[in-house]
Amino acid sequence: MTFLSYLINGLSLGSIYAIIALGYTMVYGIAKMLNFAHGDVIMVGAYICFYAVSAYQLPPPVGILLAMVVCTVLGMVIERLAYKPLRQATSLAVLITAIGVSYFLQNSALLLWSSTTKIFPNFFVIPRGAETSTGFSLFDGQLNISYVTVVTVLACLVIMLALTWFTGNTRMGKAMRACSEDKGAAQLMGINVDTTISVTFAIGSALAAIAGVLLCSAYPTLSPTTGSMPGIKAFTAAVFGGIGSIPGALLGGLLLGVIEILAGAYIGTQLQNAVVFAVLIVVLLVKPAGLLGRQIREKV
Amino acid sequence: MAMLEVNNINVYYGAIHAIKDISFCVEQGEIVTLIGANGAGKTTTLQTISGLLRSQTGSIVFEGQNISSTAAHKLVSHGLAQVPEGRRIFLQMTVEENLEMGAFTQPNAGIPQDLEMVFEQFPRLKERRRQVAGTLSGGEQQMLAMGRALMSHPKLLMLDEPSMGLAPILVEQIFEIIRNLNQNGSTILLVEQNAQMALSIAHRGYVLETGKVVTTGSGAELIQSPEIKRAYLGG
Repeated sequence: MTFLSYLINGLSLGSIYAIIALGYTMVYGIAKMLNFAHGDVIMVGAYICFYAVSAYQLPPPVGILLAMVVCTVLGMVIERLAYKPLRQATSLAVLITAIGVSYFLQNSALLLWSSTTKIFPNFFVIPRGAETSTGFSLFDGQLNISYVTVVTVLACLVIMLALTWFTGNTRMGKAMRACSEDKGAAQLMGINVDTTISVTFAIGSALAAIAGVLLCSAYPTLSPTTGSMPGIKAFTAAVFGGIGSIPGALLGGLLLGVIEILAGAYIGTQLQNAVVFAVLIVVLLVKPAGLLGRQIREKV
Repeated sequence: MAMLEVNNINVYYGAIHAIKDISFCVEQGEIVTLIGANGAGKTTTLQTISGLLRSQTGSIVFEGQNISSTAAHKLVSHGLAQVPEGRRIFLQMTVEENLEMGAFTQPNAGIPQDLEMVFEQFPRLKERRRQVAGTLSGGEQQMLAMGRALMSHPKLLMLDEPSMGLAPILVEQIFEIIRNLNQNGSTILLVEQNAQMALSIAHRGYVLETGKVVTTGSGAELIQSPEIKRAYLGG
């Protein structure tokens, strides 16, 4: 039963990684760049939601929506100001810029919201008489599952299905796939590559806001560096699953979350991250393109 | 006035002067071919017309409108379509999705009809409409690339090396299709290394050498010219 409980925790953490990894993987697939500032967009989303709910007393769903709107705009502005001028530059220049944007966001958060850790409220509760319940028990109280866990896993599934539908059935979604394969050919079809990249950043950043709220609901401490470690883990998850692949981000995220929690439980929390990255190294040795990554093959 | 007028364009790749003051024109209803050896500047010229590259000088006028600084993605709605060198179809997408991408600038309502039009022209594509394009043979991929370009109802179709990498029998077939398209009213600008085939269907041709136009004439004239025979037709 304890194993089951670890597994559920792992799936929940993994779902958060997967949602963040989707942002990395979509941006990589289309703009061929690693947006290292993505983790910090999560942090901004969490702060927006935190202040909207605790300082302005807005209902939590409005807070989440507001966070999504702010992050969407932020993502598009970052792309327009920091990355778009570097479209023709070397990938190293873009990478360094992304790291710069990451520090810029962290330090802006420090200025705006101070370094004091905020305790994030748990929205996912059900009032029961005078008390509020944060979860439910199964098997005579042997297995406790919080509502946050349920919502997180469901949110991840819904987002996955929605994105799969979007990229497979809409004109914009198909244009994204076309751009990720060949930008020049996409332009010859009349696809505006700049708009497509901008939309990709918008979607990734809106997802980051959702991930931020879910992350802070499960692990309720919020500070300007909250986003950096989950950001790196989610990036790892994206590489693990095969960067550029949407199902890969889901698989990589879930596996990473489960491995991390199980390693923490059975090997030790100090070695938790070491185990996660050791697994990544082994996977990349065997499958360099990641679990679901496509091998580059050219036909002449 | 010609449908397409290219006037004194110069294109550079960094310090390399790839296109040196090229001028030519394409009249409505014509097949015009640009022939020349590897590196003569044929592909560069097409990419400059379609907006993927920029000329430093001169102008490109399409139906009376200067398009030399128009963004590549906007030219499709002007009526220009390009079948790029190496086909560059979307290998991970299905045949039908590739064709839909060709119709990106068209209203949704007309797409099923246009698909049928392309399938009539290329029945092989209909059989394989749900197949991922990367699994097609080279000839089928070329047909897909041409079908994809036709989906935008181009006034001018630009083809870059459609015969490249294809077996001789397929080359014949592709050129037959090009001739048919032209007879049905499409204006065609054809870039080819296979000078013999290109000149045999073209109304007029321009011979490019190291970024310059060196000779021009009707297809029949050029195919007979001893100079062309020696340099490009192997005899």
